[in-house]
Amino acid sequence: MTDSSIKVKMAEYGVAESPDQLVTIGLGSCVGITLYDKYKKIGGMVHIMLPENRKGLKPAKYADTGIPLLIEELEKLGAKKNHMIAKIAGGAKMFSVTSKDSSLNVGERNVIKVKEVLKDLGIRIIGEDTGANYGRTMKFFTDNGSVLITSHKTDDKEL
Amino acid sequence: MTDDIFRDLNEMQKDALREIGNIGAGNAATAFSQFLNRKIDMTVPSVEIMPISDVPEITGNIEEIVAGILLEVMGEAPASILFMMDKDSVEKLVGLVTDQNVDFEELDAMEISAIKEIGNIISGSYLNALNKMTNYNMIQSVPECAIDMAGAILSSSMIPLSKSSDYALLIKTQFIDGKEKIEGYFFLIPEAGSLKKILEALGFDLG
Repeated sequence: MTDSSIKVKMAEYGVAESPDQLVTIGLGSCVGITLYDKYKKIGGMVHIMLPENRKGLKPAKYADTGIPLLIEELEKLGAKKNHMIAKIAGGAKMFSVTSKDSSLNVGERNVIKVKEVLKDLGIRIIGEDTGANYGRTMKFFTDNGSVLITSHKTDDKEL
Repeated sequence: MTDDIFRDLNEMQKDALREIGNIGAGNAATAFSQFLNRKIDMTVPSVEIMPISDVPEITGNIEEIVAGILLEVMGEAPASILFMMDKDSVEKLVGLVTDQNVDFEELDAMEISAIKEIGNIISGSYLNALNKMTNYNMIQSVPECAIDMAGAILSSSMIPLSKSSDYALLIKTQFIDGKEKIEGYFFLIPEAGSLKKILEALGFDLG
């Protein structure tokens, strides 16, 4: 069996079983969240843009609706919620605009909301690479749950 | 839902938006040419409507490291303006402005401010044209610059729009200086509510 790499686009999610990989490219202020059931070796990734879905828009675009959706999809594959552990990356401040609107500090707000949602769901975060001012690519290996972060500004990082 | 306005645009409305692109970018190309004292051409603007998830790939290479200059348009019809250039274009363009050799990997504060100023001039003249056509009095924020993956720059530029829409409309123009192969993408990204206001100001009755 050969492993394949599944691309997760912005405001979308993906699920995979060992040995496949999930990858999302170019996380700026967005946050990538991976969930992993190490017993079943099933993993999922969602690429959210904003903290809260107040207008009933695409669930995977938001922390508060995207993470529960991902859990649901993982459970369909046989993963157990109480086995899941999370890793998160992104939430950068790409542009240092000091504007009236807090939209450009959205990275930080995304990270806060993601942590809140995961905490409420009882899912532990065991790896994190968030903040700063650069874009990240996140690659998730479902054979062992490891996550590789690459960026233009720093060395590769394994979570 | 606010999304519908993006999906339901008819050809006449798209033409009107292309015309904004035409006049706006024409103005901008003239200002750009004067600033550089050389001829800058532009492509025919296109109106791109797509799911927001596809926007990071709009320039064809999501991972390419580019310079992005982002400005907020404030006033009657809030929008974002994003100007993006690749490595070679930045080096050539900033070289023309500063009259020095430029290394994209090691841009200093003066070179970054030259990039911002270019963004400022182009978007200012584009916005002028938009104001004249709509009779609005919109103003732009100071430009901000990021050197990073195209996907990260584009996704972060979509935040204001994405709050109320799963679809994006971008009016895209490319600037080209044939001799030196300087190329830049220019995007006008209206927020969902703004598109309606712009179209109404152009005489469309959207009910």
